[in-house]
Amino acid sequence: MNALLGIIHRDLLLVMRRKSEVLTALFFFVIVTSLFPLGIGADGALLRKIAPGVIWVAALLSTLLGLQRIFSADYADGTLEQMVLSPQSFVLLVAGKIVAHWLVCGLPLVVLAPIIGIQFDMDAGSLKVLILALLLGTPVLSLIGSIGAALTLGVRGGSVLMSLIVLPLYIPVLIFGAGAVYANTVGLDISGHFSLLGALLILALAFVPWVSAVAVKIAIE
Amino acid sequence: MTILNPHTPLQSTPLLEARDLTCIRGQRALFEGLSFGISSGECLHVSGENGVGKTSLLRLLSGLSRPELGEVLWDGKSIVSDSVSYRHQLLYMGHRDALKEDLTSLENLEMYAVLDNVALSQENALATLWRFGLRGREDLPVSCLSAGQKRRVLMARMITRQAKIWILDEPFNALDSNAVQILQKLIEEHIDAGGIVILTSHQALVIEGLRVLKL
Repeated sequence: MNALLGIIHRDLLLVMRRKSEVLTALFFFVIVTSLFPLGIGADGALLRKIAPGVIWVAALLSTLLGLQRIFSADYADGTLEQMVLSPQSFVLLVAGKIVAHWLVCGLPLVVLAPIIGIQFDMDAGSLKVLILALLLGTPVLSLIGSIGAALTLGVRGGSVLMSLIVLPLYIPVLIFGAGAVYANTVGLDISGHFSLLGALLILALAFVPWVSAVAVKIAIE
Repeated sequence: MTILNPHTPLQSTPLLEARDLTCIRGQRALFEGLSFGISSGECLHVSGENGVGKTSLLRLLSGLSRPELGEVLWDGKSIVSDSVSYRHQLLYMGHRDALKEDLTSLENLEMYAVLDNVALSQENALATLWRFGLRGREDLPVSCLSAGQKRRVLMARMITRQAKIWILDEPFNALDSNAVQILQKLIEEHIDAGGIVILTSHQALVIEGLRVLKL
């Protein structure tokens, strides 16, 4: 447990020392989502309709921007080797790194989402559903993304390859996340969407740290 | 490949033992059927030309990579099956310095104490850094230190890690003659305290109880 908190603390400290990398991903999210209302114009009904999809796609892409950072810097300077050799459970350390990634690249999106939603003329009820859906969905994005980041460690041009691996795996989260908001606006039951998002999160939490840890070990070997 | 000084005490059971190690890189076998044992208080100097497999051997011994054939035993148990207790005792230092450039040397030491699960108070960490001539530089980001100073931070880690076995890949690189002396002394102290050191180096080493493994 100490190791988990220690690695989260370390990764957050490293991010604080180099804020620009993280801010880039956040600004990307804000700018992309702002371009749509500007490009489409003041058609409130249309904006409300496309809002969930646009916000979710922007969230997927901006988490993608920060993914490479999860392991690559530690891989390059040899720290990752030290983590593999540490007496602590490597799975736990990997889990800590994923949590840190979510705190830095996922949580801010959840916080920003209501402000972005207002640009799309979303009502308060939809905003609430959007926030909840992002809260359940963005950790899954960080978790699944870590597999892609681990598999492409040390590969030349790895970031493009990683996008190709990871984006298709994001599709279920996108469908149920955006679907929940859309269902709410048309007055359908949303509990199904949330159950599925929750199930995805639990499944990912249970298996992904192991898979990523194995992938990192293979890359180091 | 030959092991010089074969008259080393064979009667004492080796703590770390390599059995029939075979390492293949690409199409080429770097070494085959390599066996040796190291007991407490011994230092093994792995020497040989560039590309002969020194680093590969150290990585096999540390458990970072798996041999094609053969196994490495720690205290009679395979380091694969009983890896946690082996990693508790192990300090491995590779070519890269494994320090976070954005953190200070003190933060780096503290980070490793958490990772390595060893207790380290701030006073203790500072005292160790000062011992290696880093007084006044403990709050500088490691990126501001010279290559030799980074090596000195690593020496501080060798102390604070409290490991029994040190596997060091080219530890004398980038060190000034003064620091070379300090590191040699550090290694000698570690051996005297019953530790094990395995290292590669292109320099001839003057260390008591040194065995040379020529690949």
